Amino acid sequence: MAIEIAQATGKREREGSPWTGLWAVVAKEMADHLTSARMRVLEILIVLTAAGTIYGAMQNIRSTIGQDRFLFLKLFTTAQEPLPAFVGFMGLLVPLIAIALVFDTINGEFSRRTLSRILAQPIYRDALLLGKFLGALFTLALVFTAIWLLIMGLGLWGLGVPPSSEEVARSFLFLLVTIFYGGIWLALAMTFSIIFRQPATAALASLAVWLFFMVFWDIIAGVLAQTLMPIRFGFSEEYLKQAQLELGLTRLSPTTLYAEAILALLQPSIRSLGFILPTQLQGAILGSPLPLSQSLLLIWPHLTGLLAATLLLFALGYTLFQRQEIRA
Amino acid sequence: MNDWVIETKDLTKKYGTFTAVDALNLSVKHGEVFGLLGPNGAGKTTTILMLLGLTEPTSGEVRVLGLDPSRQPLSVKSHVGYMPDLVGFYDELTAEENLIYTAKLNGLDRRDAYKRIDEVLERVGLQDVADHNVGTFSRGMKQRLGVADMLLKRPQMIIMDEPTQGLDPEGAREFLQLIRTLKEEGITILLSSHLLFQVQAVCDRVGLFHRGKMVLEGTVPELGRRVLGRAYRIHIEAEGDQNAIRSALQKVPGAVQVELADGRLYRIEAEHDLRPAAAEAVMNAGGKLLRLDVETQNLDEIYAHYFKEVEHGN
Repeated sequence: MAIEIAQATGKREREGSPWTGLWAVVAKEMADHLTSARMRVLEILIVLTAAGTIYGAMQNIRSTIGQDRFLFLKLFTTAQEPLPAFVGFMGLLVPLIAIALVFDTINGEFSRRTLSRILAQPIYRDALLLGKFLGALFTLALVFTAIWLLIMGLGLWGLGVPPSSEEVARSFLFLLVTIFYGGIWLALAMTFSIIFRQPATAALASLAVWLFFMVFWDIIAGVLAQTLMPIRFGFSEEYLKQAQLELGLTRLSPTTLYAEAILALLQPSIRSLGFILPTQLQGAILGSPLPLSQSLLLIWPHLTGLLAATLLLFALGYTLFQRQEIRA
Repeated sequence: MNDWVIETKDLTKKYGTFTAVDALNLSVKHGEVFGLLGPNGAGKTTTILMLLGLTEPTSGEVRVLGLDPSRQPLSVKSHVGYMPDLVGFYDELTAEENLIYTAKLNGLDRRDAYKRIDEVLERVGLQDVADHNVGTFSRGMKQRLGVADMLLKRPQMIIMDEPTQGLDPEGAREFLQLIRTLKEEGITILLSSHLLFQVQAVCDRVGLFHRGKMVLEGTVPELGRRVLGRAYRIHIEAEGDQNAIRSALQKVPGAVQVELADGRLYRIEAEHDLRPAAAEAVMNAGGKLLRLDVETQNLDEIYAHYFKEVEHGN
């Protein structure tokens, strides 16, 4: 026996794939989410939001039919007082839905005393964590896709004009970006569900981060920019530098990144997300829309940023979870 | 093929400066029921988690079914069933749905899974409530579902952490009966408990844990001899000359100590079961034997005695 032990310890790597059992976890998580009362509430909320904002937008658009090449996209971006536009609502709702789905995903397993039993099955922790993330992400994707199809249907019926292929492509990209935006908040809430043993604490922590980026970060970014780049002599370069710093700071927030990205996608006439000096506009045809590829180029850094933030948060949660003692 | 299904060599686990398990050498034979005993915090659960590869040992070596749990956890976990203390299930799912999840995690195909689920649910007597939500189950039913959950993978060995915790006496008795039938099937069983009476009833061998060390190991009679200096206690009720009977009993080979308890009650501490010889001794001393009882050693007593000695030793 002693010899056997000595031989085997020479082999240091773990056996098998870390993703053994991944799809079993994904299927279980999706089934849980889709049948839960929590999800019903969220679905009702989002359907009401979509119906309300789209109805408002349609009232508004009808008066301008025939004047705009991108009528369909206006469905998403047109606001009718007192309601904000659909995209505005999504910036608010997506994080909430994502947080609501996973704030108790790991600590809930602890408190139900199921975690050690599940990890005693032939799977690695990797599969459990990624499975939970993907399960929630696919649930988000499913719900958002349903809403998106609903809006497209309503648009066809209400406007009576079919969308052009570019409109379909742009609004589909909007759907994809929205799902990825949800991914960030999933990763965040999941990390908190690993750190905090109490689901309520994890939910509060996630909501605090959400509120911070929603409300306070823009204010803080303004103050920071004024302190770091004060305007001493009143040169226009100073104003420009300060504004650029402020913009850079606000872009640390996923909410800003998302808002800018979908703005560029849904409003093809937007040519830049930063500052443009009059000299840079020389020769530009104002008001003419950008082709899709150019709009994509414009938001490419935003998409990369969103994805990177998701990966970083997931990696943090992953590391914490791997090191966590599973005894309750 | 090796006879030992569990072998550890100087297995140690430290949390910071606290040593949870200290140089543990544990061996469990194929087909036996081994009990890990000790107060809470003695290192029983940590040991179990290391056997399953759920916690990395700080140093030392572990072999479970000839495999290294920290390098080959998947093979270990597909052959070893584990039931944590106060095992939990998803309350909003039915018993069957909970087991389906386990079956999927074990990579069983659908048809095989349903067949096995019916089998194990019948085995633990839960077939009638298979489609009830686990939220409605009593502690005892959850515990039995826990056994079904372990049996689903047809394990060679099962590990149970405090399996009778939270059960009422009747539930505990039924549960121990279930453990016995599993042993008859040749499944090796490792269980931890601080309820000594129950462990004594089912275990072939026990290991006594104290502050991360296994301080005593062996069969219950062995431990009795080692700690209490005796293995059996015999009660005799006899009429006749007290001094004559007492001295006759003291001469019986194997008798360690004879006490006259009350009028005609005698208590003999003995190294082995000497009832026939004791009865003969009473007759030869002219006494009338009214009652003869043997009390096997009590794990509770061994435990209490041992820890009292340890306290005094410190």
